[in-house]
Amino acid sequence: MARTVLNHADISRALTRIAHEILESNRGATDLVILGIPTRGTVLARRIAELIQRIEPSAPVQLAGSLDVTMYRDDLSRSGIRMPSPTELPPGGIDGRTVVLVDDVLYSGRTIRSAFDALSDLGRARAVRLAVLVDRGHREFPIRADFVGKNLPSAASERINVRLTEVDGGDDHVTIEGGAE
Amino acid sequence: MRHLLSTRGLARDEAIALLDIAEDMAAVQHREVKKLPTLRGKTVVNLFFEDSTRTRISFEAAAKRLSADVINFSAKGSSVSKGESLKDTAQTLQAMGADGVVIRHPASGAPYTLATSGWIDAGVVNAGDGTHEHPTQALLDAFTMRSRLHGAASRGKGLDGVRVVIVGDILHSRVARSNVWLLSTLGAEVTLVAPPTLVPVDTAGWPASVAFDLDEALATKPDVVMMLRIQAERMHGSFFPNSREYARTWGLDDARFSQLPTTTMVMHPGPMNRGLEISALAADSAQSTVREQVANGVSVRMAALYLLLSGERGELR
Repeated sequence: MARTVLNHADISRALTRIAHEILESNRGATDLVILGIPTRGTVLARRIAELIQRIEPSAPVQLAGSLDVTMYRDDLSRSGIRMPSPTELPPGGIDGRTVVLVDDVLYSGRTIRSAFDALSDLGRARAVRLAVLVDRGHREFPIRADFVGKNLPSAASERINVRLTEVDGGDDHVTIEGGAE
Repeated sequence: MRHLLSTRGLARDEAIALLDIAEDMAAVQHREVKKLPTLRGKTVVNLFFEDSTRTRISFEAAAKRLSADVINFSAKGSSVSKGESLKDTAQTLQAMGADGVVIRHPASGAPYTLATSGWIDAGVVNAGDGTHEHPTQALLDAFTMRSRLHGAASRGKGLDGVRVVIVGDILHSRVARSNVWLLSTLGAEVTLVAPPTLVPVDTAGWPASVAFDLDEALATKPDVVMMLRIQAERMHGSFFPNSREYARTWGLDDARFSQLPTTTMVMHPGPMNRGLEISALAADSAQSTVREQVANGVSVRMAALYLLLSGERGELR
């Protein structure tokens, strides 16, 4: 049975807090780039960028972009063929800027590891931070998120589903299902 | 996708998926670091039994930009000139651990034999076989048409309703065959124009119409005019009286070119015979996509190699 762990309001509050935290740690929105990892990370990055622009009207108009990591994954020959998504950078690229990577769920950390490789081919960021909506544990790499929507300790056998209006239709929600029987 | 042997068997969604991946590959060509680590550790063999420069270097660039190791094999000066069979060559490649084989061969069907005979496990890409098919050329032509028509909004789109006129030696052209199948799968309307001697005997099963008068075909204001190369090496059968007559009747000369709408794309798979099938004015105009076709060729071939060589290679291993 799927159990809802975050509803629409919870997600919106978490993203608002993350937006504030990003601005606080970056001391404003100068030289900030928010890059989402497709598919749902891109949507979250766009929402966080909108929130930042609401909080700091002086922030650049184009703050958000997307970073596709498909071609950099370490499991390409172990799974079926994956379709890549476009990478779109805000004007000016990432050189000398602070990049905040955004993903929906942080699990093994392998996606983020591939994101580091993808980023280094695009330029040299001043610093790279990580924001995730859900951190479910079970890391396989020394990677930790700087901004976390919700820590959700889970069993490896459980599934975490993030559903966002822009991608999936319906209301935003995060559910957890399955688990050890 | 296990092999890419022809466009005839390619489904519409498969073709569009490949073109969409090529869009992402094209984006890589504009970056400072034009390389992806995707096929690291894989070996791609370019097996060329026929002379080719542009297709071979295009495949070589594509494989290298995906970080694969590339081995070039050309029949000239190799063991083939000493009489080695395709089977023995294939088994040598198998023993060397080739993951992908890009093959060009003068015999129609050689790539099919290589892919289905069980001699090798590698994925096979047909880079032109006899007068049969040249699928990556058709894919790069479709990609070029799509990006000229839709620009950044190309993803997911076919070529529905696009009217394409293909002119020249249809009889010997694998480029024409691959384009006929692919373009019609993508929804385009294809008209073939050629001297009657250079049209295959039976085109009844082809999803294309055949015409013999170039001026009539151009008067319909097509969206794309694709000129094929007159291949001097295949012109031993007196298909037309002489090259000047061919140029006058079936060549895209300055007069015919100036009658075309400025939105009509002029395509040529290269290498061009300027003054024979295409005039310099047409070839160098803004409507000409010749150089885009070359650049897009690398992106499309990267997409094909990605589809063939990434992912589980399946049951065979």
